[in-house]
Amino acid sequence: MAVDTMTPVQAKARAIVPAKRESQFGLMWRRFRQHRLALVSLWVVAAFYLVAVLAEFLAPTDPSAYSARYTYAPPQGIQLIATEPDGSWSFQLHVNGYKTEIDPVALRRTFVIDPEERIPVQFFVPSKPYLLAGFIPMSVKLMGVTEPRAPFYVLGADRLGRDLLSRLIHGTRISLSIGLAGVTLSLFFGIIIGGFAGFYGGWFDTAVMRVVEFIRSMPTIPLWLGLAAAMPKDWSALQTYFAITLILSLIGWTELARVVRGRFLSLRTEDFVTAAQLDGASDWRIITRHMVPSFMSHIIAAATLAIPGMILAETALSFLGLGLQAPIVSWGTLLQDAQNIRTLATAPWLLTPGICVVVIILSMNFFGDGLRDAADPHGR
Amino acid sequence: MVGYIIQRFIAMLLTLVAVSIVAFAIIQLPPGDYLTSYIASLSATGDQVDPRVIENLRSQYGLGEPFYVQYWKWVTGIVQGNFGHSFEWKRPVWELIWGRLGYSILLEGLAVVVMWLVALPIGIYAAVRKYSLGDYLATIGGFIGLAVPNFFFALILMYLAFTWFGTTLGGLFSPEFENARWSLPRIWDFLSHAWAPILVLATGGTAELIRILRANLLDELKKPYVTTARAKGLPEWKVVLKYPVRLALNPLISTIGWLLPALVSGSVIVSVVMNLPTAGPMLLRSLTTQDMYLAGAIILLLSVLTVVGTLISDILLAWIDPRIRYGGK
Amino acid sequence: MPLIPMADKPILTISDMSIVFSSPDEADIEAVRQVDLTLTPGKTLALVGESGCGKSVTARAVLRLLDRNASIPRGSILFQPGGEAPTDIARLKQDSLPLRAIRGSQISMIFQEPMSSLSPVHTIGDQIDEMMILHEGLKPKAARERTVALLDQVGIPGARQRAEAYPFELSGGLRQRAMIAMALACTPQVLIADEPTTALDVTTQAQILDLLRQLQADFGMAMLFITHDLGVVAEIADEVAVMYLGDVVEQGSVYDVFARPSHPYTQALMSSIPKMARKAERVRLSPIKGTVPAPRDRPDGCAFTSRCPYAFEPCATVRPERTDVGNGHHARCHLLTRQPVEAVA
Repeated sequence: MAVDTMTPVQAKARAIVPAKRESQFGLMWRRFRQHRLALVSLWVVAAFYLVAVLAEFLAPTDPSAYSARYTYAPPQGIQLIATEPDGSWSFQLHVNGYKTEIDPVALRRTFVIDPEERIPVQFFVPSKPYLLAGFIPMSVKLMGVTEPRAPFYVLGADRLGRDLLSRLIHGTRISLSIGLAGVTLSLFFGIIIGGFAGFYGGWFDTAVMRVVEFIRSMPTIPLWLGLAAAMPKDWSALQTYFAITLILSLIGWTELARVVRGRFLSLRTEDFVTAAQLDGASDWRIITRHMVPSFMSHIIAAATLAIPGMILAETALSFLGLGLQAPIVSWGTLLQDAQNIRTLATAPWLLTPGICVVVIILSMNFFGDGLRDAADPHGR
Repeated sequence: MVGYIIQRFIAMLLTLVAVSIVAFAIIQLPPGDYLTSYIASLSATGDQVDPRVIENLRSQYGLGEPFYVQYWKWVTGIVQGNFGHSFEWKRPVWELIWGRLGYSILLEGLAVVVMWLVALPIGIYAAVRKYSLGDYLATIGGFIGLAVPNFFFALILMYLAFTWFGTTLGGLFSPEFENARWSLPRIWDFLSHAWAPILVLATGGTAELIRILRANLLDELKKPYVTTARAKGLPEWKVVLKYPVRLALNPLISTIGWLLPALVSGSVIVSVVMNLPTAGPMLLRSLTTQDMYLAGAIILLLSVLTVVGTLISDILLAWIDPRIRYGGK
Repeated sequence: MPLIPMADKPILTISDMSIVFSSPDEADIEAVRQVDLTLTPGKTLALVGESGCGKSVTARAVLRLLDRNASIPRGSILFQPGGEAPTDIARLKQDSLPLRAIRGSQISMIFQEPMSSLSPVHTIGDQIDEMMILHEGLKPKAARERTVALLDQVGIPGARQRAEAYPFELSGGLRQRAMIAMALACTPQVLIADEPTTALDVTTQAQILDLLRQLQADFGMAMLFITHDLGVVAEIADEVAVMYLGDVVEQGSVYDVFARPSHPYTQALMSSIPKMARKAERVRLSPIKGTVPAPRDRPDGCAFTSRCPYAFEPCATVRPERTDVGNGHHARCHLLTRQPVEAVA
């Protein structure tokens, strides 16, 4: 806060030493680093987002490439060591092939891992040309099998014989980006509405707080479902994506608006704001130069803590079939395949997207908690 | 106290009006006139549509008239107990949902009870024995409980039950009890089915309650009146239970206000996964088939459920906290 | 106040008591060092000192109300009600039956902040009844009757209605009266008053002091009165003990200590009290130089060394002994033991 109370003379002095400008975030980072769990969570979150960005490169196959031959093929895993029948062993990255067996009871074809068959796995295998992240042309994948028709299902296959790992990686991109997009949009509404309410107060503040209270007293899933169901069925993937984002932020903005408003309210009476007003600074200048910098860190923390809710909501909506639709791959649409208990019993690996959801939400929560503690060491 | 309740009650009525507007907006949202689509679907099945029937419906719902006229017709109908007509089921909406709504309320009510029964002792233990092994376990469990989406938890539970015991969890009754009258065996059958959804529903809320109770209680335990109570010669358990726990409960009760919306939300999706005869699956189905009057009514009633729940928690809070009872307007 | 000869046997004897606070990441702090105090029935001992000197901690130790991280590694707190065998409170187990039987029933306590020291969600009556139900096994109805009588006795008007009131409905003075009624509910033999008048305004303060004196005359209990206000000491105490940074530096009858303060700290305290004087004759108050050091910076010897105008060779390293300066008046200061040496020289 000392930064904001500086006189113009001091401000000039500050300009000479640019390092001081970062002191607020520098301080925050130093406090954040002491929070070990939050630090680990930060790396987990970063790793997930890296996967989202590099999805095409990391995914071994096209997420929609299907193969009727490998319906519900179980996970192969990746073996590091190859043992020969004579007992000798060597270091060789490979996956095992499949044997088919007929289940005598269900009279159904099931896959069993065949330890005899070894399919070598290589790094940086050439592939069909693609655009990484939509604009970098590439023709190499991180991992893959060199034999063109050999199965490569590290995490197993779904009903259509599509590779779950590839779909999971692509789903990560959609699920994480929708969380980010939803929070960005919520933040936009939240800061504008909450800022106005907190800075000017009066009837507008009262009205906004009533609306916020009202929205927060509504059960969200039915509301989201109702809104999502109104989406025309013929909308394109991109349109649905943005519509869902918008629907999620219709409720998401309330929490952020509350935080912003609260901060504005408490700052409005601070001495440094009064001082700025007495100096004849305009409202805009006071808000952007004096108030926002002093609570930016709180907003970032609140926004981080809002992301898990968004991801959860998208997953829930898509899981129920009213969110993102089939050609789009998200954790929610992937989990839709796991709704049936019979399917689940034959292919439990279809639950892996749920584990991703749990991990990202846990780490986002720890990360956000750490950020909040770092932004506000005295707690609330 | 009376003034306070009246004030809360008026606030609730206003919220109900707002809720009904939202629900009606959702009914109106899907593009196109649903009557047209209704006639289209009737014609598609080869039925000849009587123009008088159409005219009847048109005037009943105020079609073609402005939004507020339609809203007024709808809302006055609801006040009289007429929730409109389900076009898919060709039956009045109320007939379809009241039984399901009852199960919704029953399950959610039981989930609230379970939440409190579990969260109270654990939260108290975690606060009184701060930084003990039990406290750490409760904290870790709380974080996981908050991070696992309830439908995912339901799926895992069902999978485990199926692979370990070969049973399918789901539904609320065995077939033979489905339509039976309430009796002891039926209650037993209900409980043997309902424990799973109740467990799933209660998990998130329990985790949250434990977290809040622990934090509140840690604050209260530091207050001087606790020392006073010790100085009186009360045994430690009584000191804790009579004074700080009692005070820590107050903010906990006001959390019902947002716990209920989350619970109702969760029950919709869990009911779909576990195939429960509650309002949730019917809402989903009506939304996918665009049976909007049914959907709107369910959304309205679920919201009313949370609003009334919040009112109850407000009154409970006033009853338990004299500072609100006497200090309030 | 004339000193009455010590005819009565002491009821509470604190001897050689130390209190240590430990924390996981710092060295232990000895908040109270080898304190000796004696309480006699019908008498008031005032414990005076600046905030943080350990007077409240000492008072709480008597009822073992210290936080979990505090311990009493040495010394004893002997409680000996008339004719019974003495109990060492310092060695009783936390939450044990003998300790709970003493708390509230035989030794009770009044606290500084009557608002936060009473539960805001229980009625005054409920909180007082509880004492008698707990210790004397009274039925709730009988307990309430006694409560009303007590509230009346401590000067609360409309006692019967006020018993139904919540603390936030009473004024600060009435709350403190209720607190006193609660402490006296089981006619204890020792009353510990931890700055009972600090949070009150001056007129109320005087009324509460009057009340306490009156009640002491009625009930005949011994009182340990904690305060930082020397004016209050002069008004209520028979004996006084002056604490500085965990040490009792001087103790004796109020008359002796006020008239002939023997420790430099007490002397400094006395000269920092404003006196009534004509405008022309007013002299500037002389505050004590410097600030109280943190307990971890306390010298091994006399704690006052860093601020003492007379500090000399052994002060910082050797702890002065308790020296009798006559008439049961003790002080811990090297000056007192050096004087004869000087006289020889």
